[in-house]
Amino acid sequence: MFDESLTRAIFGRLTFESFPIHEPILLVTFAGVVLGGLGVLGVVTKYRLWGWLWREWFTSIDHKKIGIMYIILGIVMLLRGFADAVMMRTQQAMAFGGNPGYLPPHHFDQVFTAHGTIMIFFVAIPLVVGLINFVMPLQIGARDVAFPFLNNLSFWLTVAGAVLVMISLFVGEFSTGGWLNYVPVTNLQNSPGTGPDYYLWALQIAGIGTTLSGINMIATVIKMRAPGMTMMKMPIFVWTAFCSNILVVAIFPVLTAAFAMLMLDRYVGTNFFTNDLGGNPMMYWNLVWIWGHPEVYVLVLPAFGIYSEITSTFTGKRLFGYSSMVYATVVITILSWLVWLHHFFTMGSGASVNSFFGIATMVISIPTGAKIFNWLFTMYRGRIRYDLPMQWVIAFMLTFTVGGMTGVLLAVPPADFVLHNSLFLVAHFHNVIIGGVVFGLFAGIEYWFPKAFGFKLDPFWGKVHFWGWVIGYWVAWTPMYVAGLMGVTRRLQHIEDPSTQPLFIIAAIGVAIIAVGILGFVIQIAVSIINRDKLRDTTGDPWNGRTLEWSTSSPPPAYNFAFTPQVHDLDAWYDMKDRHAQRPVSGFRPIHMPRNTGTGVILSALAAALGFGMIWYMWWLAIVSAVGLLVVSILHTFNYNRDYFIPAEEVAQSEDARTTLLAAGA
Amino acid sequence: MNDAIHSHADDHGHHDEAPHFTRRGYLIGFLLSVVLTAVPFWLVMTGALHDAQATAIVIVAFAVVQILVHTVCFLHVNTRAENGWTLMAYVFTAVIVLIVIAGSLWIMYHLNSNMMPMSAADMSAQP
Amino acid sequence: MAADALTEPHATELSFYDTEDAHHHEAGGSTLLGFWIYLMSDALIFATLFATYGVLSTAYAGGPTPREIFELPLVAVNTALLLTSSITYGFAVIAMQENKLRATQLWLAVTGLLGIGFVTIELYEFASLIHEGATPMRSAFLSSFFTLVATHGLHVTFGIIWLGVMLVQLGQRGLIPENRRRIMCLSMFWHFLDVVWIGVFTFVYLLGVLR
Repeated sequence: MFDESLTRAIFGRLTFESFPIHEPILLVTFAGVVLGGLGVLGVVTKYRLWGWLWREWFTSIDHKKIGIMYIILGIVMLLRGFADAVMMRTQQAMAFGGNPGYLPPHHFDQVFTAHGTIMIFFVAIPLVVGLINFVMPLQIGARDVAFPFLNNLSFWLTVAGAVLVMISLFVGEFSTGGWLNYVPVTNLQNSPGTGPDYYLWALQIAGIGTTLSGINMIATVIKMRAPGMTMMKMPIFVWTAFCSNILVVAIFPVLTAAFAMLMLDRYVGTNFFTNDLGGNPMMYWNLVWIWGHPEVYVLVLPAFGIYSEITSTFTGKRLFGYSSMVYATVVITILSWLVWLHHFFTMGSGASVNSFFGIATMVISIPTGAKIFNWLFTMYRGRIRYDLPMQWVIAFMLTFTVGGMTGVLLAVPPADFVLHNSLFLVAHFHNVIIGGVVFGLFAGIEYWFPKAFGFKLDPFWGKVHFWGWVIGYWVAWTPMYVAGLMGVTRRLQHIEDPSTQPLFIIAAIGVAIIAVGILGFVIQIAVSIINRDKLRDTTGDPWNGRTLEWSTSSPPPAYNFAFTPQVHDLDAWYDMKDRHAQRPVSGFRPIHMPRNTGTGVILSALAAALGFGMIWYMWWLAIVSAVGLLVVSILHTFNYNRDYFIPAEEVAQSEDARTTLLAAGA
Repeated sequence: MNDAIHSHADDHGHHDEAPHFTRRGYLIGFLLSVVLTAVPFWLVMTGALHDAQATAIVIVAFAVVQILVHTVCFLHVNTRAENGWTLMAYVFTAVIVLIVIAGSLWIMYHLNSNMMPMSAADMSAQP
Repeated sequence: MAADALTEPHATELSFYDTEDAHHHEAGGSTLLGFWIYLMSDALIFATLFATYGVLSTAYAGGPTPREIFELPLVAVNTALLLTSSITYGFAVIAMQENKLRATQLWLAVTGLLGIGFVTIELYEFASLIHEGATPMRSAFLSSFFTLVATHGLHVTFGIIWLGVMLVQLGQRGLIPENRRRIMCLSMFWHFLDVVWIGVFTFVYLLGVLR
């Protein structure tokens, strides 16, 4: 008896049954992950890379390295999220009539929850934040972000959240409540297991990281712009990143508070979202969608910025209607706050509420439409170079417009009553998120990769990547629009009506084509690294760019710019090239830079431990790590020695190397 | 926007020169908020207005004024600080706060009135 | 822009690189603005809790109502404590501006003591409510009441811890620029909590008793 209570005190509710040894699929995956993980660890140990990784990357507060780490995290999690997608598509292609498929309902529910959660929180957000991190400070001519340490901490908090989600795969279970962890499914009485707790802790920790990152980026844009760069001379990507981060800072607190109240319901027994004692589950939906709709624009605005930069660069023209683009972005930032109810038209509101939010939703499509015309007019009579980034832009315009139009259709409340919760809706948001956000992120990675590493990505495998995604997207999701119109609802583990099976088989084929695209992407990166000497770019400006990031070397030095650029016009680097600005080759000065620190890693590890302890009711672990968090944070404030100077000789050395390279290229 | 070049230099030139706050400013703010706090408490605790609705309107108005007093006198929000960015952030946040609170109340009361054939009295009698 | 502006002789007059490095980024030049933006995001956490309280404030579920459980004299004392701590913090800032280290420390300590008084009274209020059976679990109204007020109290508690750390750091290093900046950040934090409290005593306590 004593033994049992001791085990309970140490391990909480973690027992041998918590490990899914009876699930063959998970067991095989687990074995694969363990082997792969051991392989990676072995390689790192063999080549003695631990010290290098720790000093140069993990503790780095260089915005460029943090950006790259965010993007690596996003790509790794993309593979996990895509594996979930493949499982759902194959399950739905077979589970008709007497065939139950291979995923039991409880497992299927976890798969679709994990897919949505991972794709939004641990793929789209890290990729967007990563690109902003890498590109935006360079575009405004800054040497780092406003709060470099905070940037490192934000990244590692996001990692801590991702780690918790990944642990849930093999220890315990994940939530079955859908990607926003909906009540009443996730109320304690309906989900007594660890699933919703994993979800809540992972997202709270990652969400704090995202909020801090948003604060950081806003302060950077406001305070760190190069002299002469007024707000209306900022590159459009900076504008969209700015507005996106304003939204982040405004919406994530709402989500944090909503999740905190659900946590209180589950841990303390309060009655916010329960069905008893006055609790109101609909309030949870209301709050998460106040977060949820602006979140769409958090992701898509920076993507719009990427498309704008690429269109302008690859047509060799200034962006058509720069100021209208800026105003459209700002208007979207405000309007995105007035549409959230369209996610629950059918929840019972009357005509006045539904028509207000329906009309507001239709209105928000106007600035978005204006942007499409701006890109078209930029291309009009331009000398368009169809390199891969530009191809992604074309694919985006064709795909996203359809998604936008089905969105307006869903904004009509009576239509929504028919299509709500159907696969039509699912097809719509995949249409805008894949066609709008994902294509934009790939375009951005293709476009800025040479800046980050000094060589271009391989074009052949890039085309495989491109066509795999574009064709795969249309093959996978067109049938889902049809199935949705025919009335098939979402999140079905088994489908009764066999007449719709062909549609699901086509969709599964589409997913296979997307898999080819993803494989092409992975191969593209590997091939490009192997052939890096052939693909090398010594100019730092491989695309004939227009904004400041192309004025420095590729990859940029730690200090970005030996001398801060002075801006006189929009498209500052084009202006400098146009007026033959001479790059100074002497007179370098010591550069003031922030110092690396491991505090971010330590705090995030403690946060992950706190989450794990709370999820499994290991109260000792939770208390120890909570106290640890407080103590480490306070100790960090006693460190006043946070910066150093890069000596002038070191700056001169790397700038001279660049001078030589440029001369050799010319 | 044209002064951005100058302001940028200002940010760095003399960063020590934080805006100067006066003891007088703090005292005015304090006295105003003492009054603005005491009156609502007095109204509610004595029931001086004999009308709950009128009292409610008055105390909400006092709260709004007091929030503005604190914002100006203690938080020092004005058009000059940080080139007006603090004020801009404050106004934006105020709008969003209003949208979140008013929107939630509107939506949730609408849901109640359409979904639940219950009055507030029924609700409170629920187990 | 005139066409000749693009010709070369004209262009050489423009400087494209800041070779003087006059534009030297002070570490921490953005801290006050960044902290302000953080406070704005915190305001939205409170807005969410206020909205939830607003929606659930009549969901008594047969349990106690505000009029039965709120003790306005206690709330009035607490409000007075917090309001006074605002002016004492203001005096600390003024002492800092006048480079008076001792006075700064003294006023900060007074502020911290007033904060401790506030939290103590709040804990006493919570304890007596729970003792009467008005627990956070009793009804949605009480859940949202406790969460809103306790979140504010938790913020004050963190402010007190920060004040303590600040006093140690002032003792170690005096009024150096980093510490001045921290005093200004904490000042915003403290006054911001006061603004939130105006919302709490008005919308939760006073309007609750009126209902």
